[in-house]
Amino acid sequence: MAGFLLRRLLNYLVLIVVATSLAYALAASALDPRSNYEGRNPPIPPAVIDARLTELNLNDQTPLVERYLTWAGDVVHGDFGKTVTGGSVNEDLGRRIGVTLRLITVGLVLGSLTGVLVGAYAAVRQYGVFDRLSTGASFAVLAVPTVVLANILIIGAVWFNELVGVQVFLVSGETTPGLEGGFLTQLVDRLQHLILPTLSLSLGLIAVYSRYQRNMMLDVLGADFVRTAMAKGLRRRTALIRHALRTALIPAVTYFAFTFGALLVGTTFTEKIFGWHGMGEWLVDSISTNDVNTVAAISCFAAFAVLVASLASDVLHAVLDPRVRVG
Amino acid sequence: MTITDEELAEQRADIDKIEAPSRFRVVAGRFFGSHQGRIGFALLGLMFLLAFAGPYAGKWSYTDKDFMAFLQPPSPEHWWGTLQTGADVYAVTLRGMQKSLVVGLLAAVVGTTLAAVVGAFAGYFMGWTDRALTWITDLLLVLPAFLILAIMSPLFAGGQWPLFVLVLALFLWMVTSKIVRSMTVSLKEREFIQAARFMGVPPIKIIFRHVIPNMSSLLVVDATLNVSAAILTETSLSYFGFGIQPPDVSLGSLIADGAKTAVYAPWTFWFCAGLLIVTVLAVNLVGDSLRDAFDPTAKRCGQ
Repeated sequence: MAGFLLRRLLNYLVLIVVATSLAYALAASALDPRSNYEGRNPPIPPAVIDARLTELNLNDQTPLVERYLTWAGDVVHGDFGKTVTGGSVNEDLGRRIGVTLRLITVGLVLGSLTGVLVGAYAAVRQYGVFDRLSTGASFAVLAVPTVVLANILIIGAVWFNELVGVQVFLVSGETTPGLEGGFLTQLVDRLQHLILPTLSLSLGLIAVYSRYQRNMMLDVLGADFVRTAMAKGLRRRTALIRHALRTALIPAVTYFAFTFGALLVGTTFTEKIFGWHGMGEWLVDSISTNDVNTVAAISCFAAFAVLVASLASDVLHAVLDPRVRVG
Repeated sequence: MTITDEELAEQRADIDKIEAPSRFRVVAGRFFGSHQGRIGFALLGLMFLLAFAGPYAGKWSYTDKDFMAFLQPPSPEHWWGTLQTGADVYAVTLRGMQKSLVVGLLAAVVGTTLAAVVGAFAGYFMGWTDRALTWITDLLLVLPAFLILAIMSPLFAGGQWPLFVLVLALFLWMVTSKIVRSMTVSLKEREFIQAARFMGVPPIKIIFRHVIPNMSSLLVVDATLNVSAAILTETSLSYFGFGIQPPDVSLGSLIADGAKTAVYAPWTFWFCAGLLIVTVLAVNLVGDSLRDAFDPTAKRCGQ
C-alpha cells in the first residue's frame, strides 16, 4: 500500500513538473512582453527595454532554454519570479488565493448541499411534481453559461436596486473601498458584495449535484440493503436517511473534493465579471498583459490543485466505502 | 393432435409479416417516443434552420453597418434592432450562431473520435502503449485548458478557426477515453474478439471493426453532450476575446458587447443570450434522450 501511494505521489510530482514546464514554454514563446513597452510616447530606447526585460527574465533575445533554466532554478527554491510590473509573483499568489477562497467556500458548500438535498428528495419522489420541476429547472440552468448567468444576475440586480431605490446588491468588487464603520457595517457590506457571485456559482453547482445525486439515489433505492432495513422494522424515513442517503452520498463527497480543486482556478468568469481580484481574474489579466511568469505560476498552482483534489477524493472514497479498502 | 401443413404455412406467413426490428429503428422509436427527445430534436432543427436559412430572409448582411441607425430598438427596418456600431442584430446574431454551431459540432466529433481511438488502443494493447497514453491523458487533464487556449488565441486570427476547433477538441476527450479504455479491457476478453484474433485479423483492424463499433452508443451520447460543452467553452473564450477573432463574430463576443449595453438596450443582449441558451438546452435534451434510448435497462414510463 505504501509503495503504491509513493509511486502515485511520484507520478503526480512528475505530472506537475511537466505540465508547468509545458505551460512556461508555451507562454514564453507565444506571449510577447516586449510589446508592453513598445509604442509608448515618448518611445523607450530599445537598450532600456532590453535591460528591463532581462532583469525580469522575460527577454526574448535570450534563448528559451536559458530563460527556462533560470526560471526553473528559482522555482525549485520556491520563487516564481517577477510579474511584468516588477512585483513578486509569490506575494500576488498568496493574496489572490485568499480572495478566491473567500469567494468559493460559501458558494461551493451552499451549492453542493442544496444540490444533494434536491436530488435526494427528487429521487425518493421519482416522477412526482417536485422531481419534474427540479429536473426541468436543472436542465434550464445547465444550458445557461456562467457568463450569461452572471450578466443576467447583474441586470436583475440593477433593476431591483432601481425599483427599491436602495443599493441592496453591490455588483462590483469584494468590499466598498474607503468604507467607514464598525465590524457590523463591514460585514453587511461584504455580504452585499458576496450575494450575487455566490448565486452565480452555486446555481450551476446545484443543477449538477442534483442530477448526480438523483441518479445515485435511484440506484441505491432499489438495493437489497434498503429493503432489508425496512423489513427489519425501520421506519421508511430512517431507512432512507441512514442507509440509502448515506451510501448514495459517497460519490457526491468525492466529487466535492474534485470540484473544490477545479474551482480554485476555474471561477474565471464569476471573478472577472464581478470584479473580484482572485486567481481566475489573474489568469485572464496575466495573458492580456503578456505576463509569462504569472501564467506559469498559475498553471503550476492549477495542476497542484487538481492533483491534490483527486488524491483527496480517492482518500475520501476509501474512508467512506469499506469495499475500496478491502479490495 | 397434429399440426397440418396448412396450419403451419399459415403461421409461417404471419411470422414473415413481422419484421425483425433493427437496432437503429428500436433506438429511433424510443428516442422519438419520449417528450424530451421530440422537443430537443425539434428545437435543434429549428436552431439550425434559423442559423443557416435565416440570413437569406434578412435585408442586412453581418458586415453591413447602417450609419442612419445606431443602437436602435427593433423596427421593421432592423428586426432585432441595431448595435452601437450600426450593425444589424438579426444578421450578426445568426452569423454568430452559425460559427458557434459549426465549431461545437466539429470539436465534438473530433474530440469523441480521439477519445475512442486513444482509449481503445490503450485498452487493447495494454503494457507500454497503455502507460504512455494514460500518462498523456493525465497530463492534459492537469493542464488548465482555458489558459492554454487563451495563450494560443493569437494563432486563431485571420480565419484560422479550424485550428481553434482542433485545440478545443484536444481538451474534450480525456474523461471519455478513460471510460473507453476500461470498456475495451473487458470487451477484449469476449468470444467474438478472441475468435477474430485467432483467425489472424490484425489488431488495428480488430480495434476499428469490432471494438469501437461495440461502444457506438456510448460514443454517440458522448459526442452529443460534447457539442454543448464545446459551444459553452467557445462562447466563454470568445467572451474574453480569446476565441473567434474579429472581424468574425460568435455568440460569445456578441454577448460580451451586449452585456455592456444590456441595461438600456436590452435587444443587444437578450437575443444572442436567448438563442445560445435554447441551443445548448436542445443539445442537452437530445443527448439525454439518446442515452435513455440506447440504455436497455432505462425505466421508460408508458412502456
